[in-house]
Order: sequence, then C-alpha cells, then structure tokens
Amino acid sequence: MWPKPIEGSWTEHYPELGTGPISFEDSVSSEFYDLEGEAIFKRAWLNVGRIEDLPRNGSYFTKEIDIAKASVLVVRGLDEQIRAFHNVCRHRGNKLVWNDYPREEVNGVCRQFTCKYHGWRYNLEGDLTFVQQEGEFFDLDKDTSGLASVHCDVWNGFIFINLNAQPRQTLREFLGPMITALDDYPFGRITERYDFVGDNNSNWKLFADAFQEYYHVPSLHPQQVPSAVRDPKAGFVCAHFQCEGPHRVVSTAGSRRWTQPRESMYPIEIATRSGLVGPWQSPDLGELPGGLNPGGVEPWGISNFQIFPNIEILIYGGWYLLYRYWPTSPSSHRFEASLAFQPATSVRERVEHEVATVVFKEFALQDAGMLGGTQAALETGAVKEFPLSDQEILVRHFHKVVGDWVADHRRATMEVVS
Amino acid sequence: MTMALPTEFVDLQPFAETWSLATEPERWDKRMASSMEELLAFYDAAFPRLEAAIDYCDQFPLDTLPEDVTNLLRLVYSLVLVSMAVEIFGQPKPVDSADAVLHRTREPLP
Repeated sequence: MWPKPIEGSWTEHYPELGTGPISFEDSVSSEFYDLEGEAIFKRAWLNVGRIEDLPRNGSYFTKEIDIAKASVLVVRGLDEQIRAFHNVCRHRGNKLVWNDYPREEVNGVCRQFTCKYHGWRYNLEGDLTFVQQEGEFFDLDKDTSGLASVHCDVWNGFIFINLNAQPRQTLREFLGPMITALDDYPFGRITERYDFVGDNNSNWKLFADAFQEYYHVPSLHPQQVPSAVRDPKAGFVCAHFQCEGPHRVVSTAGSRRWTQPRESMYPIEIATRSGLVGPWQSPDLGELPGGLNPGGVEPWGISNFQIFPNIEILIYGGWYLLYRYWPTSPSSHRFEASLAFQPATSVRERVEHEVATVVFKEFALQDAGMLGGTQAALETGAVKEFPLSDQEILVRHFHKVVGDWVADHRRATMEVVS
Repeated sequence: MTMALPTEFVDLQPFAETWSLATEPERWDKRMASSMEELLAFYDAAFPRLEAAIDYCDQFPLDTLPEDVTNLLRLVYSLVLVSMAVEIFGQPKPVDSADAVLHRTREPLP
C-alpha cells in the first residue's frame, strides 16, 4: 500500500480542494461553456502540436479551436522559426488556408500562402507580399497588413499558442516547476507516431476526468485482465498524486511485465511481448530527469501529467501517450491521441508498437462509449451533487481550477463594466 | 496473385486477399464487417504461425521489405487486431464502446 500524506489523504493535503461533493453543472451548462471559451481557451497556453509536425521550412498546419472561435495557422519559416497566425486573410476575412472544406484542419508544405478569394499572398513569416490590382486600393499599407499574429512558443518540442493579445505569463511561467522539471526528458527522440482523432459526445472535462483517475479501471475495463485470473473485487490504488498551480500529475507503480505469470496476459501479448502497458521493453533512454517521477515511486510505472487546460502526457518506460481535448459544444469535444515510440529499428519492434497502439484504441473506445452516457445522465439534472474519493483528487482539482479561472474572468469583466 | 506471401507461409495464402491490408482503417473496417466465425477462422489458422511470421519478417531491414514480406507483415497486423476480438471481447466490437469512434490518421510505414 502506498503511503498517503501526513494529513491522512491526498485530498486533505490540498485543503483548498475540500472534501465535499461536487457539481458537474460546469459540464452541461451552455452559459458556462461560453465563459470557458473566454476565460480559459482565450487566455491559457494551448498545445497545438509537436515540432515533428513541422519537419521542414515551409511546413504548416491549421488548428481549429471552436470554443475560442479561432482558426490558427502554425508554420515553420525560412528562418526555421515557428510562428502562429490567425488563419484569416486581411482583405475580406476569408479563411486563408484550407483544402476541401473550410472547417477541416489541414497540413502541408508550401512557399507562400495564397487566399482563394482574391489571390492575396503572404510569405511564411506572415508578411503580405502580393495584392491583385494594388493600385485600385485606397491608402493600403502592405507593410502593416500582414497576417494577425498569435503568441507562439515551444517547450521541449511541444508547440504552444496563446490567443490572448497580452498573455499574462510566459509559457515557462505558465508551465511552472512541476512541468518544466521535464525540460530534459528526451521527447525529441520518441518520434514514431500513431495519431488518432475522434469526435465524442461528452463535455471535454468529463473525458479528461476519465483519464486522470484509475479508480474506474477494474469496473469499466475488466477485460484488461484475462477472465481466468480476474478478481471481481479488485481495486486500484495510485502511488503518488501532486497538484501544482493549474496542473496535475499522478504516478502509478509498475511491475516488470515479463516477470508476471503467463495466465495474467493474453496470448497475443506473450507472442509479441507487447500489450496494455506498451512494449515490455523499450530501448534505454539513459538518465532521465527526476521530475519524471516526482513522488520517487519504486518500482515506477507511469507518470501521467495533465497540463491545464486540455492536454495530458502519459509517460511510460521509453514511450509516451498524448491526449488533447478540444471542446466543440457543451456536450461534445474532439479527442486527439498520439502514441509516440522511439523509432523502430526492426520489424519486431514495429510489431510491438502496433500491438500497444491497437490495445490502446480498444480500451479508449470503452471510455469514449461510456462517456456519452455520463453526459446524457448529467443533463437530466436529476442529481446535483456527486461524491469524489481520494483516488479522484485530480478530478476535484481540475474542476476547481476551471471554476477558479471562470470566476476570475467574471470578476475582471465586471470590474471593467462597473 | 496480388497479395502473394513468402512460400514458407503458403498455408496462410487463403487469408491474404482478405486480411493483407495496408492501413489500420482498412483493417478495422474489415474486422467490424466480419462475423465471429470469420474472425475465428483467420485467428485459428494464423495465430499458431504468428511468431514464425514475425521472425521471418525480422530477417529483413524494416525500410526495405520485399513485397511478399510486406504482405505477410500486414497479415500480422490484421491478426493483432483480430486477436482483440477473439481473445479479449468475444465479439468484433469492443464491449461497451457504443457509438464511439477513433480514427487512426497517422501511422508509420510499413
């Protein structure tokens, strides 16, 4: 059993969280959803990709952020600098970069951006370089008519943007010591990617909640253990929880997979030496930063970092998972997931990656399928308050931080009005 | 034959046309469109050959697999996907996944 803090529980270690029941009104209310757009998604640093998504000068991608009513163009310039712009032509406001459908995200490589509407052109640094029949315009200053820029910064290969005209914190200040303790984690060597996307009919926070506690695992995912050795009374206890600012981490203990009895694994896992927790063995990454395992858990299994507001990085031994939750309405969001491995050097390693990726999808679909039911049931409004256990401390923290940001924004807006 | 396997795996040739598919979305759709009888027929024939198939493919550098070896590797990937239905869920679709979808949009090749 893993020791809890001296206060007797993880939750009471953070007295501002309280221990009472919580409301999930924040996950069904349209008014609250609109406030989240203003208070959170237009103010927090948001991870929109990895530098590997922009491999060359001229590589670009677009990101639709519905809740903030934003479309952002992220591009690597000829000077290698990564920049972000509002994806809006300065002439008549047309969406600048899209292919088949304006609302679909795109990526590619180009030398310049040309608006479909009247052919205005912008270079990779966002400068307006060409105006059709420029002489017909009145007082048009091309030098000040480049694309509207969006704050953009990179931390350890993760590209973040901030839609606020004046971000209140730098990216590093926002991430804080618990996250920047991963400065030296070699994400840049873990670049073999399997990406997924799925539209889900649940509020973005409800989905995130399912991935920041393991209390649900024996119940919702009993099939993770073969039926012959399944214990219907099995629970799950996490080894370490930590909250810092708006961010959170949970670590679990892990056992060496290949030392477990064979009946605790499925035949496909034994045959491929891979499965639920990834490849049984990944190439050694060398010395890793202490911040990876802030609780000093031994034997360490997984550290699951939730960076506010909407991403989660689950670091396993030698590979990682990344989740992003993009709200699309009070009752829906777009879920993005990536599994990232050290590039396979053999067929056997590639098969190990495929197995881990296949198993991930099976169980993520169980979470996704169920959460439509959670959303629908919460929307009945029949029950107003819900108890959370100590194992669900991060759910409590997440909803509190979201509420705090919204309240803070409401206060600031009211001060401006009065 | 378009989906030829290495001669050492000629016993699996009857499954190659159906299951030697290039991408996960194709393999997933095929699994969802199959009956358990069809999935079991493939699994029962191919699973005993899985480790031999991986070892065979593993003789070749990953980035220059001959075409018949690539076909065999794709069959292995399909077997991995089908094993989820056979070993874990006992049905083609993950239990309790309801109407949820998750599309694989990027994967390494092969």
